[in-house]
Amino acid sequence: MAIELKMPALSPTMEEGKLAKWLVKEGDEVSSGDILAEIETDKATMEFEAVDEGTLGKILVPEGTEGVKVGTVIAMIAGEGEDASALEAPAEPEAKVEAQQVKPDVVQEKPADGGTGQLASEERAKVRDPEVPHGTNMKTSTVREALRDAMAEEMRRDERVFVMGEEVAEYQGAYKVTQGLLEEFGPKRVIDTPITEYGFAGIGTGAAMGGLRPIVEFMTFNFAMQAIDHIINSAAKTNYMSGGQMRCPVVFRGPNGAAARVGAQHSQNYGPWYAHVPGLVVIAPYDASDAKGLLKAAIRCEDPVVFLENELVYGRNFELPELDDHVLPIGKARIMREGADVTIVSYSIGVGIALEAAETLADEGIDAEIVDLRTLRPLDKETVLESLARTNRMVVVEEGFPVCSISSEIATICMEDGFDNLDAPVLRVCNEDVPLPYAANLEKAALVDADRVIEAVKKVCYR
Amino acid sequence: MPKAKSDAKTGENAAETPGDEEDFALRSLQQAHAADRRYSASKEELLHFYEQMLLIRRFEEKAGQLYGLGLIGGFCHLYIGQEAVAVGLQSALKGGLDSVITGYRDHGHMLAYGIDPKIIMAELTGRHSGISKGKGGSMHMFSVEHKFYGGHGIVGAQVPLGAGLAFAHKYNEDGGVTVAYFGDGAANQGQVYESFNMASLWKLPIIFVVENNQYAMGTAVKRGSAETHFYRRGTAFRIPGMQVDGMDVLEVRKAAEIAIEHVRGGNGPVLMELSTYRYRGHSMSDPAKYRSREEVQGVREKRDPIEHAKAELIEMGVSEASLKDIDKQTRAKVAEAADFAENSPEPEMAELYTDVLVERY
Repeated sequence: MAIELKMPALSPTMEEGKLAKWLVKEGDEVSSGDILAEIETDKATMEFEAVDEGTLGKILVPEGTEGVKVGTVIAMIAGEGEDASALEAPAEPEAKVEAQQVKPDVVQEKPADGGTGQLASEERAKVRDPEVPHGTNMKTSTVREALRDAMAEEMRRDERVFVMGEEVAEYQGAYKVTQGLLEEFGPKRVIDTPITEYGFAGIGTGAAMGGLRPIVEFMTFNFAMQAIDHIINSAAKTNYMSGGQMRCPVVFRGPNGAAARVGAQHSQNYGPWYAHVPGLVVIAPYDASDAKGLLKAAIRCEDPVVFLENELVYGRNFELPELDDHVLPIGKARIMREGADVTIVSYSIGVGIALEAAETLADEGIDAEIVDLRTLRPLDKETVLESLARTNRMVVVEEGFPVCSISSEIATICMEDGFDNLDAPVLRVCNEDVPLPYAANLEKAALVDADRVIEAVKKVCYR
Repeated sequence: MPKAKSDAKTGENAAETPGDEEDFALRSLQQAHAADRRYSASKEELLHFYEQMLLIRRFEEKAGQLYGLGLIGGFCHLYIGQEAVAVGLQSALKGGLDSVITGYRDHGHMLAYGIDPKIIMAELTGRHSGISKGKGGSMHMFSVEHKFYGGHGIVGAQVPLGAGLAFAHKYNEDGGVTVAYFGDGAANQGQVYESFNMASLWKLPIIFVVENNQYAMGTAVKRGSAETHFYRRGTAFRIPGMQVDGMDVLEVRKAAEIAIEHVRGGNGPVLMELSTYRYRGHSMSDPAKYRSREEVQGVREKRDPIEHAKAELIEMGVSEASLKDIDKQTRAKVAEAADFAENSPEPEMAELYTDVLVERY
């Protein structure tokens, strides 16, 4: 059967080109791999190779022709046993490109079954923290101990769970979060890595692809910048790119945000960075109970999780229910304090600042409700909007840069979905928009504090 | 037909008298390789390799053609010329146990594993029946069933990911090994050496395979690499190296056996450099002006892995007619794959939102 040679598209954007030169002539034997012609696109001159074998019959587009549309038949090849000289051009030359055009399909009205379309479904909006049974003993625990216990409990429960990172084993953790784990679980499951974030983040991600449940500790999330490619390109996107075939259940955890007097390179909140990326779960707890319950949930979760802790909160004491298995739902905000006059939304260390501000505001007759987001992605819009509907005023508190932040996102959500409930513009209280300075006075001036929150709350309450 | 030759056979690279024991350990595999270069395949085995290589060649030619017709979009990196590498190496692995991971030039590695060409081609055309439901494309294909872990588009990222897969083999004590392929271009990424360090430190069961096709996109090896003998680059991490002719499927197979034995024996990683050549551009839109037509033609004529195997098969008594039959069947198989890929429906709109996350929150 005669084979048509069509003008090829030689780049993703090529629509037509110049047939610069024929390197074969009519009657030549051609086999796959032979270069037949040179074609000029808008970007380069490309060689056009034969794929099929046979004898070149008629050349239909002579060399030097400009503006040859992609898909035009430019020559014919005769197969075995055919007379090349008898070949004619096809009756109706197909000048039409068969390329897949992007069709403006109407996106269906019903939300898709699965994926992000479901993230805000009503059914799951009803999921709440499990009730703590009446009479459960409450113990005092630091966030540091709560995180350690969460890892230890999950390692006892599931052989596949292991922890790796810099100084996590023999040194007992740079911030002592992994204290005692080496002793209980041994060096096979508590692994000191060299200082090589990109490399071990990749190894942890690969181990998750291979069926394990890695906990990758970054000494701080500032150092994870060296590894962010694996967190985003390797861990977050694989399930989607593989059509749901390949999971990546890894937890990246470590302290995030400003510490104290460590300068600009060691003081940054990466919450908004990771929350930007579809395919990741991002958690940033405040107190010990949430730290423990959410880290346990993160380790069990089938999706890649970025778990953002805070160095300044590690040593704080909180009440923690003594339960055999304290696991909390991912993707649910928590009302930390009920109030009627204004909603303060925050997460991580900002929740402590908001609580401090609320105390003072209460003395001045303003009753603030505090929403702790806990999970930054997927974000619990419902809880935020329900609170707004009750108070009609909102301030977002975030220990981080203001531009393109979680605060910006919350403000947008209120504009898009809560506009009718707003009695005042949503205000953000964030760090100053500068790299964090070292000098004590400048550092203090750059970071969020309760005074600024109080000021903003009064503004939205017109007081 | 001349037997494929590579630089590896010159005296310069063969292991010389070992200085001390450590030095010997680093050279021991190259020595074993030099002493016994080629796998002695039965006629049936070589025929099988030939069929696999031919399938890759014809599949890639067809992919190039479909790209030209606008049925395949975006980036499309063809494996033409490099067929012997994937076929020789993967024939030595234990299917279902060992893991394989590679970069974006990944069609050949999947075909070498016997994955249905229809679902690979349908992925290239972005159809629902593609192996990634049309959501990955040429660079992002996976088969957990075959322990083929992609299909990665960021140059070099597959190397630590591969070390992670090897970590899982060791952790699970399942006896499996990982093959992580990367190119001469990726070999200059820092994360490759981070992985070498940890893989050697922890004695991970991994074979690092540099597919040296001589060009990192448009940059010739000697313009981008201070050390162009990639198999030596593991020395600083005490990883033994092997330099192998990647255009001779039987040499690749034999070298793979030597490497796998070492790695499966719990001795830590091996670094293999396979000297090969890609006949086409880096991707479909690369005019490949950085090398002469004569250079490409020279490799095609003198070192082509498929022609080489064909000549050997004829020497073994296989008739030209039966080889022609194989070619016909292969073309038919590829044509069937192309038809399937062209006629399968695109993914449904609802697929836009699926597989972002596994769980519901």
